[in-house]
Amino acid sequence: MTGQIVSAVGVMIAGVFACAAYYWLSDKLLNAALPVRGADIFADSRNLNRRAVIRPWLFIGPALLLLAAYLVYPVVATLWLSFFDRSGDAFVGLDNYRWALTDSEFRQSIFNNILWLAVVPAACTFLGLVIAVLTDRIWWGNIAKSIVFMPMAISFVGASVIWKFVYEYRGAGTQIGLLNAIVTWFGGDPQVWISLPFWNNFFLMAILIWIQSGFAMVILSAALRGIPEETIEAAVIDGANGWQIFWKIMVPQIWGTIAVVWTTITILVLKVFDIVLTMTNGQWNTMVLANLMFDWMFRGGGDSGRAAVIALIIMAAVTPIMVWNIRQANKENGG
Amino acid sequence: MSITQSLRRTGLPRLFVHGAILVIALLWLLPTLGIFVSSLRDKDQITVSGWWTAFSGAAQTQAVRLDDPTRQTQDATGFVIKGTLLDGAGKTVTAFGTRVQEPAAYPADQIADLGEGVSLKVSADGSYELRKATAFEGDRGQRVYLTVMTPPAFTFDNYRTVLNAEGIGKAFINSLTVTIPATVIPILIAAFAAYALAWMEFPGRAILIAVVVGLIVVPLQMSLIPLLKMYNGVGALLGVPSKTYAGIWLAHTAFGMPLAIYLLRNYIAGLPKEIIESARVDGASDFEIFTKIVLPLSFPALASFAIFQFLWVWNDLLVAMVFLGTDKDHLVLTGALNALLGSRGGNWEILTASAFITIIVPLFVFFALQRYLVRGLLAGSVKGG
Repeated sequence: MTGQIVSAVGVMIAGVFACAAYYWLSDKLLNAALPVRGADIFADSRNLNRRAVIRPWLFIGPALLLLAAYLVYPVVATLWLSFFDRSGDAFVGLDNYRWALTDSEFRQSIFNNILWLAVVPAACTFLGLVIAVLTDRIWWGNIAKSIVFMPMAISFVGASVIWKFVYEYRGAGTQIGLLNAIVTWFGGDPQVWISLPFWNNFFLMAILIWIQSGFAMVILSAALRGIPEETIEAAVIDGANGWQIFWKIMVPQIWGTIAVVWTTITILVLKVFDIVLTMTNGQWNTMVLANLMFDWMFRGGGDSGRAAVIALIIMAAVTPIMVWNIRQANKENGG
Repeated sequence: MSITQSLRRTGLPRLFVHGAILVIALLWLLPTLGIFVSSLRDKDQITVSGWWTAFSGAAQTQAVRLDDPTRQTQDATGFVIKGTLLDGAGKTVTAFGTRVQEPAAYPADQIADLGEGVSLKVSADGSYELRKATAFEGDRGQRVYLTVMTPPAFTFDNYRTVLNAEGIGKAFINSLTVTIPATVIPILIAAFAAYALAWMEFPGRAILIAVVVGLIVVPLQMSLIPLLKMYNGVGALLGVPSKTYAGIWLAHTAFGMPLAIYLLRNYIAGLPKEIIESARVDGASDFEIFTKIVLPLSFPALASFAIFQFLWVWNDLLVAMVFLGTDKDHLVLTGALNALLGSRGGNWEILTASAFITIIVPLFVFFALQRYLVRGLLAGSVKGG
């Protein structure tokens, strides 16, 4: 174990050093290759210009290389592989897409994903907004905010264990899961929550809502603080009540931020994988696309064609948000 | 001031706000608290009582047998069998009974009339006296049901078990090995790229920025299959294993790159123009401007991204499973926890302790550096997580 620590530290230092050395050396090399000696003013200015043309690419090169190899190429390759068979060798046309349309597990995943998309972003945004508004009014609001924000630091797997313990069911004897203990305390019958048909999806969603509401709260809270005081004062003078101020004055002014929070969580929901894998692994009709895709990557030696089709569906769902983000960013940069 | 007066002063709506936030805070805190408390409890207690009773001890019903009549002695009032029923220290009897239908018929220290002139007294400390005017007969002792209170038992045994026997200690080292380089390397690469995109003039800059923003939301799932094939190909070509730490560092570096460039570029582009212009006029090269001026000034943005990347890599399961594999030697904490969920599904002492070890580092980072995390979130809320 100590050997591993030593080698890890060694490799880490070497890696970081190599990175730094690349930038330093490439800069030195560029200066040496295109020297500015002060003897010939024309040659000097030509070399300076050439340096200015090349240098940005030295700075941005490693990043571009990584982006191209790990994100751009794979997107194209996945599209390509979706037309090929399980090993990626033989061209099969639209067979994988046809399979997807008729596969019951795939349909179940699409249905569940739509369910997740309908519930989780809305619930997170709503809870985040409510908590942001309420905590601003009380003296211990910041403590409450920290508590709600905390699950952001917890992994999906860790959160799944935490909630599996809450949902724990015991056939006989004392219920040690919090939820079943509460249910039996009120006189109800304990349930096996994660295999309860249809409703089990909501018990899995609760985990993601628990994790992500803090994110929504932080962003929306900042947006609420940015609302000009005068608009609210004017509404108070005009005799608006708290409810009206919230819905007619505050919410319209942070509409853009709400959209950002909503879309961010939407993308996260589309990629949700760990929670379903650790809680049910798709059993009891809880399968979602990301999990199904992972399953097909390795099931029976792996089927890259079918997995690619599922990945493309996720990508297609994300694309409108991507376009919208690029437009927003371009606007911010002055078009 | 009466209660109604003070209520009127704070106002019902305000009280409602306090109540609502209290409920929400509890809802967010209790699940985590549950595994923390459970991880410190004795493993036998976890299965018989809820963790919320951990501090009051656990009540359990036991069936025991009194000594048989051969042990009886005679004193002034008749025949008596004495003895003690508890072995463990700190346990107390709260009630006893002789019939299974009513295992807690009599409170401790009460003399119970069992009929036929027999009386039984069980004291809280577990000692008992069975009395009768005439001699006891038969060769078996009387059956008695006890309600035993076990005192709260807290232990670090669960942590000892998971760290050594269950491989969590090894996984912890693996997680660190993956996370630290995968956090440091992207910062360096992204910072240079961000500077170039913010302050250097070159053709195609606007398009590159748009591409980076677009790539932020590309789902990981799109990358996995081709990369897995690529890794296997490269591994076979060079005769090296396809699942290595270097491989996963590069993968995490690349996946974190779009957000890193986006966050850092926004920050670096916002630095005062005069500083950079005047340095240029003084003859500083871009390399010098970057390392001596931009990098130190960008510390807050670098810290924000570092926390993001650290949390994301530490908490990641998917990339680790695909690029590092699921064999025991290479499991990171999330993978080890996932494996334990399969193999140790009902052993909550193991699961809770393991889960707490996996979340303790990110929680520490979170509470220590919350300020930077919030700042980063606000700056980068375009990102899809």
